[in-house]
Amino acid sequence: MPSLGADMEAGTLVEWLKKPGERVVRGDIIAVVETQKGAIEIEVFEPGTIETFLAEPGQKLAVGTVMALIRGEGERAAAAVVTPVLPAREPALPGAPARAKAAPLVLPLPPAGAVHASPAARRRATELDVDLAKLRGSGPGGAITLADVEGSAIAGTAGPREAMREVIGAAMARSKREIPHYYLGDTIDLEPALQWLEAENLKRPVPERMLYSVLLLKAVALALHGFPEFNGFWIDDGFRPSARVHLGVAVSLRQGGLIAPAIHDADRLALPELMAALRDLVRRARSGGLRSSELSDPTITVTSLGEQGTESLFPVIYPPQVAIVGFGMVVERPWVVAGAVVPRRLVSSSLAADHRVSDGHRGARFLSAVGRLLQEPHTL
Amino acid sequence: MTDEELRKLVLNALASVVPELEEATLVADKSFRDQLDIDSVDFLNYVIALHEALKIDIPEADDPQLSTLNGAVAYLGRRLKKAPSP
Repeated sequence: MPSLGADMEAGTLVEWLKKPGERVVRGDIIAVVETQKGAIEIEVFEPGTIETFLAEPGQKLAVGTVMALIRGEGERAAAAVVTPVLPAREPALPGAPARAKAAPLVLPLPPAGAVHASPAARRRATELDVDLAKLRGSGPGGAITLADVEGSAIAGTAGPREAMREVIGAAMARSKREIPHYYLGDTIDLEPALQWLEAENLKRPVPERMLYSVLLLKAVALALHGFPEFNGFWIDDGFRPSARVHLGVAVSLRQGGLIAPAIHDADRLALPELMAALRDLVRRARSGGLRSSELSDPTITVTSLGEQGTESLFPVIYPPQVAIVGFGMVVERPWVVAGAVVPRRLVSSSLAADHRVSDGHRGARFLSAVGRLLQEPHTL
Repeated sequence: MTDEELRKLVLNALASVVPELEEATLVADKSFRDQLDIDSVDFLNYVIALHEALKIDIPEADDPQLSTLNGAVAYLGRRLKKAPSP
């Protein structure tokens, strides 16, 4: 059972998506696990053949519990020694040390063709011990809704909101207890970026349209190249920088709470690819279908309040990360350009970073670099 | 395509971004954003779902017309009359 966040202690196996004897490759989705963050798809780390499953759907398993044996290429059957795959209580590191060959897994979301239910309904069903397969969904497309689940069970107390609130509370309490935060703020003239984007979107068919948030994400990802001390993890009393940029994107969930899965290698994606990745990530955060690696390996997080937020925000670092960048709502304000006051669309940017790793001077230069990149949107 | 068919199509597109959508409680002339707490990425995914279902191009400037159930049915009905799908 992989750890999918600093404070995850256990998960419940929902279903296996493969069978013993099947061959799997890295990235294959092998199981769905229900956590306090919802149903997550577990990915395979190493190629091989599934030898046997050691857990059954419905079982609640502590982080580190071996769930399956996968025989590696060339290995003999029935390897006797099994090593827990992921270090308990810490997310998997990118490029984590080679695991024992009997490699266990990672996890996922509601598979296509399986029961179609919202994350809230799924969580509720687990709590109330309701079998989703036996319900008839009343939502569009036959989806099972929260009301369907609740209607099918008699009573039930602790709801999904409480579960997710507990997870967020534990992670943020740890953050505030252990991480000496410092905060910086800046204001970015977003007019050049927005005008460039509007012109660009006129040329693009609907599926290729881009949102300004993708420009913000790309600017942060690129700026990190010059500031590695904001990209990585604080583990075992030391900073481990990450050579790759896996950008955590905070997605607020309608049923309450939020989740910040990663867009892998965001710095290397062209804007249209990054936009597609963002759309896909948000869609899966809504419907269930986030993958284990997306939850366990963000190297920094970006949070953006969008259109219905406030002008500025002061984000809290998600451990074991060491920095988080925030963007407020875009506002139109008087601004001085070349000696004249003109109306401009602005966005406030903020950085919370870990003083054990960096200082405000470097933080300021990093945040300024983000703003500078946004002045030349065509280079992003 | 009848208004009823269009209505179903819009609801399906919406359900692709709001899986927990409760059709019965949706107010037809009130904006999705206000009722469903959808963000800009959700809205874009919804517009793309409409585009893919109907194969019509939708300029960004027309987005506001898609922001309610009634508005979307009326807009798409007009667009389909002018430019029948291939």
